[in-house]
Order: sequence, then C-alpha cells, then structure tokens
Amino acid sequence: MEGQETSRVMPAEQTRTATTGAAVRLTNVARRWGSVAALDGVSLTVAAGTFCVLLGPSGCGKTTCLRIVAGLETASGGTVEIGGRDVTNLPPAERGVAMVFQSYALFPHLNVAENIVFGLRARSVAPAERKRRLDRAVEILGIGHLLARRPAQLSGGQQQRVALGRAIVAEAPVCLMDEPLSNLDAQLRADMRREILALQRRLGITMLYVTHDQTEAMGMADQVVLLRDGHIEQDAPPADVYATPATAFAASFIGTPPMNLIKLPDSGTIAGALLGPPGVGLLAGIRPESLRLGGQGISAVVSHAEYLGADTVVACRLADGQSLLARLPGRAGLPDGAAVTFDFDRADLHLFDAASGRRLPTNA
Amino acid sequence: MRRESLQAWLLLLPALVLLVAFTHWPAATTIIDSFYTTPKGSRPPRFVGIENYADLMSDPVFWTALTNNAIYAVWTIPVSVILALVMALAVNTAMPGRALVRMAYFTPTMLPMIAVANIWLFFYTPDYGLFDHILSWFGGGRHNWLGDRATALPAMIAVAVWKEAGFFMIFYLAALQAMPPDLKECAALEGSSRWNFFRRVTIPLLMPTTLFVLVNAVINAFRLVDHVVVMTRGGPDNATTLLLYYIYEAGFRFWDQALAATLTVVLLGLLGLLAWLQFGVLGKRVHYR
Repeated sequence: MEGQETSRVMPAEQTRTATTGAAVRLTNVARRWGSVAALDGVSLTVAAGTFCVLLGPSGCGKTTCLRIVAGLETASGGTVEIGGRDVTNLPPAERGVAMVFQSYALFPHLNVAENIVFGLRARSVAPAERKRRLDRAVEILGIGHLLARRPAQLSGGQQQRVALGRAIVAEAPVCLMDEPLSNLDAQLRADMRREILALQRRLGITMLYVTHDQTEAMGMADQVVLLRDGHIEQDAPPADVYATPATAFAASFIGTPPMNLIKLPDSGTIAGALLGPPGVGLLAGIRPESLRLGGQGISAVVSHAEYLGADTVVACRLADGQSLLARLPGRAGLPDGAAVTFDFDRADLHLFDAASGRRLPTNA
Repeated sequence: MRRESLQAWLLLLPALVLLVAFTHWPAATTIIDSFYTTPKGSRPPRFVGIENYADLMSDPVFWTALTNNAIYAVWTIPVSVILALVMALAVNTAMPGRALVRMAYFTPTMLPMIAVANIWLFFYTPDYGLFDHILSWFGGGRHNWLGDRATALPAMIAVAVWKEAGFFMIFYLAALQAMPPDLKECAALEGSSRWNFFRRVTIPLLMPTTLFVLVNAVINAFRLVDHVVVMTRGGPDNATTLLLYYIYEAGFRFWDQALAATLTVVLLGLLGLLAWLQFGVLGKRVHYR
C-alpha cells in the first residue's frame, strides 16, 4: 500500500468542471486579544485562480489570517471579501470556502467515502450528485481502493488525500489549507506538494495556503505573502521575494541557506571589500549562492564546510567576527581554518537600513 | 528460574490473598450454600438441590423486589445517563462560572450515600420538608412522599438520578474534551448544523463512554442498598424493597442463609446476563479509536 503513495501523475487533460476560483480581498483586517495584536491591519488581494502562500515564522498571524477568511475566527476590524461579496459577518458555511486542516480533521468513526461526502449530506445534496462528485474526487486522487476504510486504517499520506477529497467535493471557489504537509515525511511532502499544485491548476480554484516552510512557498506559490508579528512584510511573486526582498527579515527568511546580512561599519567597507556607501546603520545582504571563490572580494576564514552532494555550504568568519555563509558548487575541499576570498557581482548586493529593516537602493 | 517464580508469587500474594478471601472464596461458598438448608444451632446444613430456588420462585416478596428493581433500573438508567450527557454538553461550552457549575453537578457524587439519604429524607418530610413547603405556596396539601405506596419508589428513583447523573457527567465531559476541536470547525465549514454534528459525530464518538456509563448504571441500579436502609427500610409494604436490600434483610435480619445465598446467586446471574447483553448488542456499534 505504501508504494501507492509515491507521486501520482495527474491524468493529462481532464474535462474542466464548473468550479472556478473567486478573488479574496482582505482590507485592514485586525485581530486582537486584549492588548495583544495577532493581526494588525492586514490588507491583501488574491486574484481568482491564484495559488497564494501565507508564509511566516510561528506566531506571525498566518493561521489567524486563514481562520478569519474561513470564518472560524472573527476579525476585530476590517473586512473580508470573497468573489466581490462582503463575507466579514457570514458564518463559515456560507462563504464558499473549503478547508484542509493541519490535523486533516477526519471523522474517526466514518469510512473514507462517508468522510468525503459528509458536507454534501449535511447540505442535502441529492444522492446522484453526491455520487458524481465523490467519483470525480476519487478518480482525481486515486483513492478508490480505500473508500471502505476508517481513517485509523490509513497512512498519513492517504489521510491527507481524503482531506483533499473532502475539499474537492465541496466544489468551493476558494480552498484554504493550514500547514497541510507538516505531518508527512520529507519524501511524501515533496510528492504531495506537486500533487496539490497540480490539483489547484486543474480545478482553477483560488488557494490560500499557510506554511512556515519557505521551500513550499517558493515551489508552489504564484503569490507569496510574508507575514511577521501580525503585519505583511512583503507581498509578491516568489521570484521577486527572492530577487528583491523588501526587508531584511524577508531576506533572512527566504533561501536555503538564507541571505547573509552583514553589519557595515560607517565606512561601508568590511573585510577588504566596499559593500555599501559610507553611512550609519546599514546592513549589506548577499546570498550564499552569489559568492564565488577567488578574485578581489571579501576575505574570510573557513570555520566549517558542509558537503551536501551537489554543493557545499561553507561557514566562514570575517575579521570582525561576523559570520558569512557561501554556497559553492560541488565539493569545495576547503579545510577548516583556510583563508579564502569571495568574489561577487555588484548586482547581487542588497542594502538594508539596520534600524527599520527597509530595503535601500544600491547605487554602487 | 525457580527463584524468579517464587518472587513472582510473593509479589502477587497481597492481591491474591485479598481477592481470594473477600471475593472468590465468598462467591464460591455462596453458590454452594444456595444448595443447602440454613444451619441452625444443633441442625447442620442439609443438601437440598434446587429446592431453595423453587422456594424463591414462589416467594411473593422476591417478585416484588425484582419488579421494583426493574422499574427502578428502567427509570434511573436512561434518565441519569441522558441528564449526564445534557449537563456535560452544557458545562463544556464557554460560559461564566463554568468551574462552579461543574463542581455543583459533581457535588452529589462526592457526598456519602448516608448523608445524601438524610438530606433527601428532609426534602421528603411531610408538611415542613422542602417539597411540601414549596407545594404549599401553590396551595398544595400534605404529602407523605416516602410513606405512600404510589410515591415511595419514584421518590427513591429521584434520589438515585440526582446522585448518579453528576458522576456520569464527569465521564461524558472528559470524552467531550478529548474530541479535537478541528472536527467541529470542519463540520461548520461543511455546512453541518449543530444538531447534525451532534447526531452524526458527537453521539457516535461518545459511544465508548456511553457503553461504560451504561454498564456502571446497570450495576449501580442493582446494588443500591444504602438509601433504602436509611430512608424507607423497604416499606411501605415492600414498595421500595430492591433485590440487594432483600438479600440484606434475609441474611442479616432473618438470618436465613439459604434464602440470602440463593438471592445472591440470582442477582449475580442477572447482572452477568445484562453485562453480556450490553457488550454483545452495543459493543458491535461502538467505535473505539
């Protein structure tokens, strides 16, 4: 049975169904508990049919944001619109959203088929229509052989599929997912990532997907919304978040390993390289993969090299004690304590204000 | 090897001694005694086969006690179980003073049986008891609740429900709190009404608890004796005589060992049969996680 969990390729071109996405718009949404603000004036527009990932560290408000869209939590202020309709005060069932929970929230006493059509029965959908939708979901997910089983008899990946099936049969224009892959092992997670993306593309629905894993965001999203402490740090396509992070936080959150942020002295020159203009309180950012060995650049001492197969992550120390990571192709073969010099393109250099974290123009 | 088995027996010894001395040995002798006459002074017990059982079948008090006990069980079990579930659902919601209400519901369970019986004895007292007092405001007359054949058994049933419901509520409350909140949220998103969720999810998921509570309720219904001793002594005219009270009377007031032993065997057989039925019928429909 386990073998069937490996990547299932979606049948190439299936008939498109009536389901299409609806736009989601949040305007100035806030959520406060007493004096603590979980969300603070979040405004966000997700176009119909977009795969939007809400990304951020734990406690940043991403799940609260999703639950407010679902209607499981009420906003302290602001409005939520779905498909142009103000749903701020509507109960969850009337918002036209489906949701996949982190725990999957399967009913333990019902079998797979009953779990999938639970909502349709609750909404008194006719048996024939119920069967049509169930058959379609089962065919999309390839879970025909599991229909009579109880959730306890399923593996994590199979439970995940059942939870997806429940979202599919709802035929809601918006699908919400709260860390749906966090309970799966690494291999299965990569497979399900592709599968969920293919599903969203095929159904044409709008997806709001919460995760703390930036690789999920980079790999799946059309739009990444990076949250921190209840506000949006950056709202952009993943390539833009990577190429031009709006804040030092965004720079340090995206990438494996994330961007190096180096505190610059007032002269702007550190470790023999001019990284920024003279000025007070500046941070220079450079991605580990933008660094090359050799040339006239930053000098550093290797403290540790981690060989990962395709490349090597080299941890170095600058003369003033700050650390610097470089990602070099292949086996770099650098012994600990070796003195190295890194070259880089000026275009790969980012500049941030240390106090506000804001990105500054780099006119080198 | 021998050393180990000696140690094992030594470790088992305390429990073994207690179980044999107070459970297995008395049970075995009771069954044996039920086939003998009662020993009296110079007359040793004599084997009489099933004569004691035949006598029991023609004993009108036995049939009264059995009928009373059946009525008592038929009312106390469902009422206390349903009340327990309703109370658990009520105190499982977010409301002010929730802890106080939970404690209030559970208090009857913590009180000793005799104290409970005394409290209710006061409630039922004619003229100045709680019930008559309240009824007098609405022009009600004098009621001898425990002295009237028609109201004595219902009065005992009310006490039992009052005492048991709070106890069973704790089990339902624990089960409700163990239910993941995701399920409720998921159902809300799927357009399930609260009633639909209760019927199709809450009730089935509470079935293991319900089975446990029912088995306990049945056992409790047949082993009640304290309230009867304190409140009515089985009267008036055996209207509140329950099986265990009849066993107590036969054994320790009439010193009729044969009758008491026979009654005990019948009661044990009855409880065994009921437990077997409950597990057989309900057990199949219970979903264990």
